[in-house]
Amino acid sequence: MIASSPSLSVELKQKDPIFLDVSLRCGSGELLALTGPSGSGKTTVLRAIAGLHRVESGSIKCKEQLWQDDKQPLFLTPQQRRVGLVFQHYALFPHFNVLDNVIAAMTHVPRKMRVGKAMEWLKLTNMDGLHKQRPDRLSGGQRQRVALARALAREPQALLLDEPFSAVDQLTREKLYRELAQIRTQLDVPMVLVTHDMLEVQQLADSLCLIHHGRTLQSGPMSHVMRKPDTARIARLLGHKNLYTGIYSNDGVEGVLKVLGIQITISAQPSLKNGAVSVLIEPSAIIMHRGDRPSHGERENPVATVVVEAVELGDDLSLRLMVDATQELLAFRVSRHVAVRNKVEIDGHLTVSILSEGVHAMAMDENDPKKVL
Amino acid sequence: MSPFWLSLKLAFWTTVLLVPIGLLIGRVLAYKKFTGKAWLEALVYLPLVLPPTVLGYYLLVSLSPNNAFGGALASLLGAPLVFSFEALVLSSLIVNLPFAVQPAQQAFAAIAQDTREAAWVSGLSPWQTFVRIELPQCWLGILCAATLTFAHTLGEFGVVLMVGGNIEGETRTLSIAIYDSVQAFDMQSAGIMTTSLLLFSLLALFVVRVAGMRSYRDR
Repeated sequence: MIASSPSLSVELKQKDPIFLDVSLRCGSGELLALTGPSGSGKTTVLRAIAGLHRVESGSIKCKEQLWQDDKQPLFLTPQQRRVGLVFQHYALFPHFNVLDNVIAAMTHVPRKMRVGKAMEWLKLTNMDGLHKQRPDRLSGGQRQRVALARALAREPQALLLDEPFSAVDQLTREKLYRELAQIRTQLDVPMVLVTHDMLEVQQLADSLCLIHHGRTLQSGPMSHVMRKPDTARIARLLGHKNLYTGIYSNDGVEGVLKVLGIQITISAQPSLKNGAVSVLIEPSAIIMHRGDRPSHGERENPVATVVVEAVELGDDLSLRLMVDATQELLAFRVSRHVAVRNKVEIDGHLTVSILSEGVHAMAMDENDPKKVL
Repeated sequence: MSPFWLSLKLAFWTTVLLVPIGLLIGRVLAYKKFTGKAWLEALVYLPLVLPPTVLGYYLLVSLSPNNAFGGALASLLGAPLVFSFEALVLSSLIVNLPFAVQPAQQAFAAIAQDTREAAWVSGLSPWQTFVRIELPQCWLGILCAATLTFAHTLGEFGVVLMVGGNIEGETRTLSIAIYDSVQAFDMQSAGIMTTSLLLFSLLALFVVRVAGMRSYRDR
């Protein structure tokens, strides 16, 4: 149904109206999350890929076709690019019904075949029963499904999604996540999702490109970037909370990290120099000790703490612990029933273990305005 | 031709010619950014604040066969343009420009930018986007522009008198005929003509309001 095996490579540079120095790659069938704080330039990058914004210099290549190349110079219009773009606020044509909205994107299809093919796209997005409705009669989730059907009906070489779930409620969002995850298994085109929601990134994306102030800070496979950010600044932008300053030393075989008043043995990282480093501890690497069976095993990296905050979030309890030795805060979640069983309460003592697999050391970033963690 | 039918004829041609011009200028003002845009807007809306006699004076002088422009125009057309029906149409186009441009400009500006962009990425050319996406969404603005232009042309007095004079069957419009009747103390004729003008104008504005409310309700 979709043009086969294109892949997308983008290099963009401009000074005005907002600074951009962005580079990204996305393979066929891959979903790349383009993320970063508000105003970082995510949507501008997406618009540039779609041909709606022309950057000062750069190149955009999809499959083997150049869409923009300032050396030639070459700039294809949005009409010439075969892009499917799902807008944040749907951007449906209000005077068309659902079916006509989808047909509008099928100028490349022979006229006689348009209705049948449009119905196929609507079926794929679970909107086939509502094809005669006007957009103003639809819910937010239904409108976004129509917008997705319209984008797919273009039979695009690249599918671009501009914060497509931000305007719908949480329940609908969860449904749309599932539907997109199902639909994308049938797509063989690069997909770029603009979002600032890290949960969305973790649920949907294969790879991640983090941009800040118009500059690519890090990109790569999603789980790698999330678990192994290059700097503490990147870790903070990705939403990590447990960031500390530690001392790293490498004896040639293993790395030893002094952090939170304990020593943690981690695999040696040749790129790190001995001395002060930034340290990320993933919440999933923090294990609560049972109150009735305290453990002091050396390999478990035990840390004595006091509970300073316990907030119920659905079935979980979000905890903030003050480390006895360093007075630093440690945040993680436990199931509520586990917390109840272990009598977790504010000002109560709690010992946790830090699993070394979830500890990541990073070189200190001299340009980080929040270098002191 | 009676003043009533002459006025209708003038209003018809002014509307037919001015609405497309108003759409074009209104769209440019709504979407384009360019140097001198503020000057263009000021020029378009100038007839709203300028006394009709001032505008009439400039038109009369510029169309006069005694100057270069008017002379060239007269030799091109075979006769001077002033004091003719064509001169009335030309002056009406200029006087009514803001009434055609403003509703169109507002209607185009009300169309969400991402809707137009969605049309482009869907493969619709700029012309297809204009015809299939923009025009259907600003039909109320077009109706409003047409109605206001038509109604305002019917009531035109100052400029029409200055440029067209008062030639029976050629340039004597309804408003000039009303003025003549009052001058001649023929209050009955003046009353009939003013009432017909009043009712027509009221009906035109009513149509625009009803269409506006219906459009608002449908959103």
